[in-house]
Amino acid sequence: MKLHEFQSKQLFARYGIPIPRGKVATSPEEARAIAKELGKPVVVKAQVLVGGRGKAGGIRLARTPEEAEQVAEQILSMTLKGLPVRRVLVDEAAEIQAELYLGLTIDRARRRVVAMASSAGGVDIEEVARTTPEKIARVLIEPELGLREYQARALAAGIGLDRALWTSFAQIALGLYRCFEENDATLAEINPLAVVPGPALLALDGKVIIDDNALFRHPDLAAMRDEDEDTPTEREARKYGISYVQLDGNIGCMVNGAGLAMATMDIIQLYGGRPANFLDIGGGASAERVAAAMRLILSDPHVKAVLINIFGGITRCDEVARGMLAAFEMVRPRVPVVVRLVGTNEEEGRAILREAQGVTLHTATTLVEAAQLVVRLAGDGHRPE
Amino acid sequence: MSILINRNTRVVVQGITGREGQFHTQQMLEYGTQVVAGVTPGKGGQWVLGVPVFDTVQEAVEATGANCSVIFVPARFAPDAILEAADAGIPLIVCITEGIPVQDMIRVRAYLERKGVRLIGPNGPGLITPGESKVGIIPGHITRPGPVGIVSRSGTLTYEVIAALSQRGIGQSTCVGIGGDPIPGTNFVEVLAMFEEDPQTEHVVLIGEIGGTEEERAADFIATRMSKPVTAFIAGRTAPPGKRMGHAGAIIEGGTGSAAEKIAKLESVGIPVARHPEEIAEIVAARLGVQA
Repeated sequence: MKLHEFQSKQLFARYGIPIPRGKVATSPEEARAIAKELGKPVVVKAQVLVGGRGKAGGIRLARTPEEAEQVAEQILSMTLKGLPVRRVLVDEAAEIQAELYLGLTIDRARRRVVAMASSAGGVDIEEVARTTPEKIARVLIEPELGLREYQARALAAGIGLDRALWTSFAQIALGLYRCFEENDATLAEINPLAVVPGPALLALDGKVIIDDNALFRHPDLAAMRDEDEDTPTEREARKYGISYVQLDGNIGCMVNGAGLAMATMDIIQLYGGRPANFLDIGGGASAERVAAAMRLILSDPHVKAVLINIFGGITRCDEVARGMLAAFEMVRPRVPVVVRLVGTNEEEGRAILREAQGVTLHTATTLVEAAQLVVRLAGDGHRPE
Repeated sequence: MSILINRNTRVVVQGITGREGQFHTQQMLEYGTQVVAGVTPGKGGQWVLGVPVFDTVQEAVEATGANCSVIFVPARFAPDAILEAADAGIPLIVCITEGIPVQDMIRVRAYLERKGVRLIGPNGPGLITPGESKVGIIPGHITRPGPVGIVSRSGTLTYEVIAALSQRGIGQSTCVGIGGDPIPGTNFVEVLAMFEEDPQTEHVVLIGEIGGTEEERAADFIATRMSKPVTAFIAGRTAPPGKRMGHAGAIIEGGTGSAAEKIAKLESVGIPVARHPEEIAEIVAARLGVQA
């Protein structure tokens, strides 16, 4: 779960990380009042969960409260990468002398949390990593020890930071690590970490991603979820424990297991079709969940045909078949449905489907057959080669 | 021969009294797995499907000589269950549970490494040595004994591949589901190394998916350290970047982890990559010289 910039920075502040003075506004008038209260030039920043806000015009400088109001009005009427801007952060503008990067994430290959710093902050760190990897300093963190001060100093030295700033840099890094660990983050980054007159360091922007699997022990963070992050259908899916990602094709997919769901999307594309979604009904899917999945798929008006591909292991085919019948009772499929049921209790599952009333189900045995059939039914198929 | 488990493996089921635990204990027993004990704290003394239940793994090990644990407990209790099994001296732990927080897994994995305990999973289907033993949830009836070792990050996709191989008369030595989490207990390279050493295994099928760089590391290992042929499949060619495909591991992020990159890397070291699951069986059949 992604946190907004303002949420991330509020979290940082709890761990002693210096952030600019500022507040969130939902209206131009509020933005003006905040700017007036700050009494300084401000930066008005769109709070949406997408990257590249600056380039899209979602971050603007305002020298007066009147200007802040104007700018906020423009930004609040914007839609960035499909997401409406509902809030802006009004921060005191900083006099930036240099921009650094400091971040923590999971290094999967080394199975550790890794801390990274760069003297080339303010830009896309992945770009820096690709083009000038020598500009990034890294330290691996032992889980029982946490980030140690000498490691934080090694990062500071590694990016050639002015010695006068080492102590405050180390404090920020240690604070960021505690923030990362205590909140079950999978990413916590400050970009840029600005050098301002003093000299001092200031976290001008922040990005935190919380591990969805750990939200059960962070109800305060779970409550911060921005419903705009996902489409309404994706939100509905989450309620039923279904993984659903909307895509731009016209063949709806219902599959058990993430890997098989991806492979099913891939084979649809291989045979010239376009998947409308990724949908994993999960293990041990109940009839209710399958019914919900069917509703989700059919709620997409672009769907011209549906492929249900179930390989039973935990999920029993008879249970899936009953789920489908229950779903068809609630939602009459307006498009052709191809079903492939294989694995545990497959005969029982197929027998249940044969008794289905009022729906035409196409069945297939192999995945290739199923894919070819659904592509043909969706009307835009061709054979590869 | 096989890797990790065989007919002598003595299994304790953690979470045996739960719905999934009980269902799969029955499946394992029917397959012929030696399920010697179950553990559910507070339910010691009961019997489930003829298997004695203990309050702790320690008691189960002392009473039954269990040397492998399979875990079916909910995510928030699973890290504890893994650590309990490790402390009870179980050398091989198989965790089916999905949804364990990644930072918990970092801590647990570091502890297991110090203790020299092997973990398969979490968030995977476990493993099966056809005809001998299954530990986990892979449907036994689709497997058959033979020369192909399978290692996979996926669950049902693995079944698909196993079934396709079996249908062509190609059996398996051991099938290992390492799980779909960002921090797996055991990775591709470790399982590949075991298959390389196993006399029964003649060919290895590697089933990867988007996210992380494990497949790339596997490609390097295969190129430099393996004599046995490997055939691969990567799921997620059509997955868009930045969207999690179902579980924590499957996401293209930070410019890495795409199927295209993984396929290019595997092919660059001469590993054929199938375009769909059934094609894996065709390629393996051709490479093994099996008649269709």
